[in-house]
Amino acid sequence: METALKLNVNGEVRQVLAPANHSLLEVLRERCGLTGTKHGCELGECGACTVLLDGEPVLACLVLAVECEDRRVETVEGLSNGAALHPLQQAFADLGAAQCGYCTPGMLMTAKALLDSNPLASEMEVREALAGNLCRCTGYWKIVEAVQWAGRMSTGDMVPPQCLRERNAAGGCSHG
Amino acid sequence: MADTNKRKLIGTSFRRVDAVGKVSGRTQFADDLSFPRMVFMKLLRSPLPHAQIVSIDTSAAERAPGVVGVLTGSDVPVPFGILPVSHDEHALCPDKVRFVGDPVAAVAALTEEQAQAALALVRVEWKQLDTIADYDDALDASKDLIHTYGDDHNFHKKVSLRFGDPEAGFKQADLVLEDTMFFDGNTHLPLEQHATIAVPEGDGRVAVWSSTQTPHYLHKALTKVLGLPAPWIRVIALTNGGGFGGKSDPFNHEIAAAKMALNLGRPVKITLTREEVFQCHRGRHPTLMSIRTGFRKDGSMTAQHLKTLLDGGAYGSYGVASTYYTGALQTVTYNLPHYQFDGARVWTNKPPCGPKRGHGTPQPRFALEVQLDKAAHALGLDPAAMRLKQLQPKDSITANWLRVGSMGLGPCIEAVMRGSKWLERRNAMPPGRGLGIACSSYLSGAGLPINWNHMPHSGVQLKLDRSGGVAVFCGQTEIGQGSDSILAACVAEILGISLQEIRLCVADTDLTPVDLGSYSSRVTLMMGNAAVQAAERAREILARAAAEELKLPGANIVFADGRVFDAADPARGMSFAAAVQAAESRYGTIGTTGSYTPPRAPGRYRGAGVGPSPAYSYSACIVEVDVDPATGIVRVPDVWIAHDVGRALNPTLVAGQVEGSIYMGIGEALMEESAFRRLPEKLSSALVHKFPNMLEYKSPTFLDMPRVHTSIIEEPDANGPFGAKEVGQGPLLPVMPAVSNAIFHALGVRMDQVPIHPWMVFKALEEKRRGGVGRYGPKAFPAVDYGASLDVPTPAEGGDGKARNADDIGVRGGTMSETQRQSQEKPC
Repeated sequence: METALKLNVNGEVRQVLAPANHSLLEVLRERCGLTGTKHGCELGECGACTVLLDGEPVLACLVLAVECEDRRVETVEGLSNGAALHPLQQAFADLGAAQCGYCTPGMLMTAKALLDSNPLASEMEVREALAGNLCRCTGYWKIVEAVQWAGRMSTGDMVPPQCLRERNAAGGCSHG
Repeated sequence: MADTNKRKLIGTSFRRVDAVGKVSGRTQFADDLSFPRMVFMKLLRSPLPHAQIVSIDTSAAERAPGVVGVLTGSDVPVPFGILPVSHDEHALCPDKVRFVGDPVAAVAALTEEQAQAALALVRVEWKQLDTIADYDDALDASKDLIHTYGDDHNFHKKVSLRFGDPEAGFKQADLVLEDTMFFDGNTHLPLEQHATIAVPEGDGRVAVWSSTQTPHYLHKALTKVLGLPAPWIRVIALTNGGGFGGKSDPFNHEIAAAKMALNLGRPVKITLTREEVFQCHRGRHPTLMSIRTGFRKDGSMTAQHLKTLLDGGAYGSYGVASTYYTGALQTVTYNLPHYQFDGARVWTNKPPCGPKRGHGTPQPRFALEVQLDKAAHALGLDPAAMRLKQLQPKDSITANWLRVGSMGLGPCIEAVMRGSKWLERRNAMPPGRGLGIACSSYLSGAGLPINWNHMPHSGVQLKLDRSGGVAVFCGQTEIGQGSDSILAACVAEILGISLQEIRLCVADTDLTPVDLGSYSSRVTLMMGNAAVQAAERAREILARAAAEELKLPGANIVFADGRVFDAADPARGMSFAAAVQAAESRYGTIGTTGSYTPPRAPGRYRGAGVGPSPAYSYSACIVEVDVDPATGIVRVPDVWIAHDVGRALNPTLVAGQVEGSIYMGIGEALMEESAFRRLPEKLSSALVHKFPNMLEYKSPTFLDMPRVHTSIIEEPDANGPFGAKEVGQGPLLPVMPAVSNAIFHALGVRMDQVPIHPWMVFKALEEKRRGGVGRYGPKAFPAVDYGASLDVPTPAEGGDGKARNADDIGVRGGTMSETQRQSQEKPC
């Protein structure tokens, strides 16, 4: 039995049919054609499927799609403003924060939730916010750097990443 | 021709060509694809570690709702494997299973749920065999055999090589150390689960889209098993969501999907669950080691005898190569005049081990670097200075006949000593704090292909368009390391155009020239050289046409900033597109090719094929630890790493590989392990993964990651494109021994085993408190008959690279027969 669902994804209202036991992850990827959201375990362990639900990061593999009606779902596909990349996307692209790119959509969405409430997040705040998202490629630091840089860019503090690194170093928390 | 002054891209941190796709969710990974009429496949996997299949009944599954097709072993009877000497796998096991997870049947249905439900209806009658769980079981000659080929009993492979006169070397030593060490198995854990979609094309042909690091080898395996002409099979590797070696073998699900798709005449998709990814494995071999080394008073080595015993799991995979690799690279960092290596791999009823980042070399590297630390301590030497004094010289040949080219280990050691303030801080650390050093080296691609032939290892083809665009065709596979970007940049650099003018077509066996795959850190060097050659040939054609067009015969034509112009008078020139048009007008459609074949290595003994590389990277690493003696918990606040990459083609990408290696090394040092357990007897006593999930297979998070201080050292190598060498694997290797050495510096206890769990540190401290030596590690190395050694004189002894006794030691009985081997080694 499939249920009719009305989902608001990235500001677009979509009507889809899906089994009631399907996760938001399955419905986004298989019913909405939004494959930008990834899966690494489907058990809520890796963070790859993170999307925003009413602005809060959730693991789409652990949320039923039927719970998401009349709520705001944001995925990586909705991050850019038309053709213009979101500062997080720019920073991830320029600072080498995406290697294989598979964890990237989940990282970006978790980071967006953080920066929306705390654009000048400290290094430790970024690390804590992202601690549930695994990445096997980067060693994490370039992601921390990209998130901090993006937050500062969005507040008009256009500090180049090099200076950000030095600033962190002065505060004794650089990774060099 | 590659003039440093004019470089625009090479050497800069240009944005990766795939970056925007990856940050916007547009990059398509294998599971993101779907095709009309696609059905979903699931595999029934063995619940038993070792059993005969007595009978298999799929009739109920065939009638289940939504089911459109079922396959069993008899549908795909031809064996395959990555190495020609071990074609021992089947897409579906025909007669016996060898580990929990070995597939026996495939079901395709309209939905994934229907396929999953139908699996439960397949009836299999089993006859259980002895479970070979570990080395002890494997060495027990009374136990059942896992395979009927290989060396004796449950030994897959035995190797024994002697270079020079180790016994004479030991006699010259002032100190001889002998240690037994253990490196546990661990797995790649790529974030992306393997996925494959096979699409029949209606005319007997089939396209297989897959998350594979090696489309060329998958193509070969499919050709063999499906029995189709090779040109009828097209393999397309999607960008991999992480590989690390875990997607380098052809897998049973890939072949079963292709067979199912051909049978059904419709697309078939399979995406593995995370548990199945753990079962595919091919990860680090658990390796027991015995290492005996002679040292002079100044710390220099006189001889080494290394014995390794690898737990290979259930199948061959890359295991023969892995076995050789546990001995091959001990010689390229420090001068080692006499060396004996004995290696053996046993079968066990566990998921097959294979190539994980560093492939066979992190284990013996751990043993060597920890033992060097012990020697330094025993001789009262500084472990960094002791290493600096005995570096293998550049442009030399090692005792085991490896040719070292550029060698930047010295500057690497100096850089991490400076960065960590080694000399100032080491003798003034607070309690529980310690600094440890270790070094390493890795291949920039293997010198020989997996299937012996004389063809290039990498090919690149260019198509120059009159619009000014350049299409680049190459079989290389992007797995996150940045190979797409390096390919585009090498071509753009030589032709003086921007990355936007380059269109890539990669990893497609129908459309692209062969590149052997993304393994052994080979792509930048081999593909890069092929790309440079293809671009230089295009530049020559364009320069000739442009000189004619400009009426400047013999002029020095330069390519830069999208223009083609006279070096003497830059105003006299034309756009790149105009130069292509000038050339096309004269010569017709413009296309060029480039290819790369590694230089021949000097070793001529059997086994000399594993170890040679066009260039070796070098790394030095200092780790700082903060150990709590009350709990044994080890924290790593800082890591200093220096890596000799030859030339950093893109420093951000290089730093990314280095930091990613440190991350993975910290995981291997302190937490990652492939642990197994036995189910209770009433539940079959099966040997199963303890932690086949990402929560309990512990890997470092953002909060576990130490600060990393990276120095990129550039000692250009003549064999590398623009001087470049590898960076993807080498920097991982020194991390584990450096952690162990740092723990000794902090607390005076020796960790001869990884991963290092808190309870191991605690036990060693307890032992030390009771007056013992304060060590955690294996107690003994079992008696293994490695057979007679090949006796190979070293270059210093005037050898010619051959073994003295090659004719006396034939191929051991039981290995795949020579004819079988030859038939499988025929060039593709």
